[in-house]
Amino acid sequence: MHELSVCQALVAQVEQIAINHGALKVESVKLRIGPLSGVELSLLEHAYPFASAGTLVEGSRLEIERAPLKLNCEACGLESEAKPNLLTCRMCGSCLTRVVSGEELTLMSVELITA
Amino acid sequence: MCNTCGCNITSGNREFAYKPVNGMTAVSVLENLLARNDDQARHNRHHFDKHDLIAINVMSSPGAGKTALLEATIDALGNRYRIGVIEGDLETENDAIRIRAKGVPAYQIITGAACHLDAHMLHNALHEFPLEGLDILFIENVGNLVCPASFDLGQHRNVILLSVTEGDDKPAKYPVMFRAADAVILTKSDLLPMLDDFNPARAELNLRSLGSRVPLITLSARKSLDLGDWLDWLIGELVQKRGKLASDIPAQPVTDLRSISSNTRMRE
Ligand SMILES: Nc1nc2c(ncn2[C@@H]2O[C@H](COP(=O)(O)OP(=O)(O)O)[C@@H](O)[C@H]2O)c(=O)[nH]1
Ligand SMILES: [Mg+2]
Ligand SMILES: [Zn+2]
Ligand SMILES: [Zn+2]
Ligand SMILES: [Zn+2]
Repeated sequence: MHELSVCQALVAQVEQIAINHGALKVESVKLRIGPLSGVELSLLEHAYPFASAGTLVEGSRLEIERAPLKLNCEACGLESEAKPNLLTCRMCGSCLTRVVSGEELTLMSVELITA
Repeated sequence: MCNTCGCNITSGNREFAYKPVNGMTAVSVLENLLARNDDQARHNRHHFDKHDLIAINVMSSPGAGKTALLEATIDALGNRYRIGVIEGDLETENDAIRIRAKGVPAYQIITGAACHLDAHMLHNALHEFPLEGLDILFIENVGNLVCPASFDLGQHRNVILLSVTEGDDKPAKYPVMFRAADAVILTKSDLLPMLDDFNPARAELNLRSLGSRVPLITLSARKSLDLGDWLDWLIGELVQKRGKLASDIPAQPVTDLRSISSNTRMRE
């Protein structure tokens, strides 16, 4: 269950931003997460209230945007969507593919209550 | 640019930045959630590079044979290369004792209930464990095919073991982990004749379906069978790493799990 560690890192990161802006509280936190990030969304959402308890982040809204899993094939040039365990090109079958989206584990933005 | 000194405020967003609307300020961040771990991992990599060694992160499910592979490797290379091991697999001293019995220094990280090593845990160990004179540093990670893949430790290479007593569909079930591999080792090959449900060709197909082109090496650590390809790979990586270091290009795992560039700025 490393989602708790990931969540604690997130809360520390957001709290630092809130302090830097002299915020009273955090209103919302927006993430973008891909299917190859290695993080389970439901576990992350579940860990959030525990990880944020007692911090400026407590009580804030967690919004998670799912990044699509997209491949680019170096052999035939096709850009296509894929499943996490089938990352070969669905057109030509090549394994010379590059994941162009789907590994994201990104803190996109935060909304702070500053007055 | 940063969020503290105001250098990220441009003429376009200045007004907003200084006049929060309804007491609310929106801050665009675009930073990886594990940015702190990654910073620490970079620092760890400097430790390794300063000592001109190659650091190998060894991962697998519990009991796949990580410690056995390290023992067999020490037996084969111990008289030619100086090897060190940092053990994170079990809280007991068992694995470290097995390694020390081979005459190689080993440090046991007390992981408690942790299901993975992170860069900070490894860093604490690096300040306790002498790296001087080492050629190869193995880091035996916690037996787990999920979380260790998310935490960069500063290693140069990831080696992932799949034992033939597990399913040949493991790469399909744990794509994030297997995609992080620089080499995959199919272990306990001595048991293959006794297992009719593990098909090495199917294991390879499942790995290749992840778009992975890394070497897949079949061996038995217990019986010291077919270690040649593994040892050649290991020495090849060390030689290549030392060549690279000379030309000042830092070696990193081939698959960079999180290559998102971080930057911070303010906007509505
Ligand atoms: N038959 C066989 N057993 C092995 C081999 N490698 C490891 N084992 C056994 O598998 C068990 C777990 O091995 P260990 O190295 O402790 O696994 P770890 O938890 O991944 O470090 C032990 O009982 C080993 O003796 C192998 O190549 N062949
Ligand atoms: Mg072990
Ligand atoms: Zn193609
Ligand atoms: Zn974990
Ligand atoms: Zn240090």
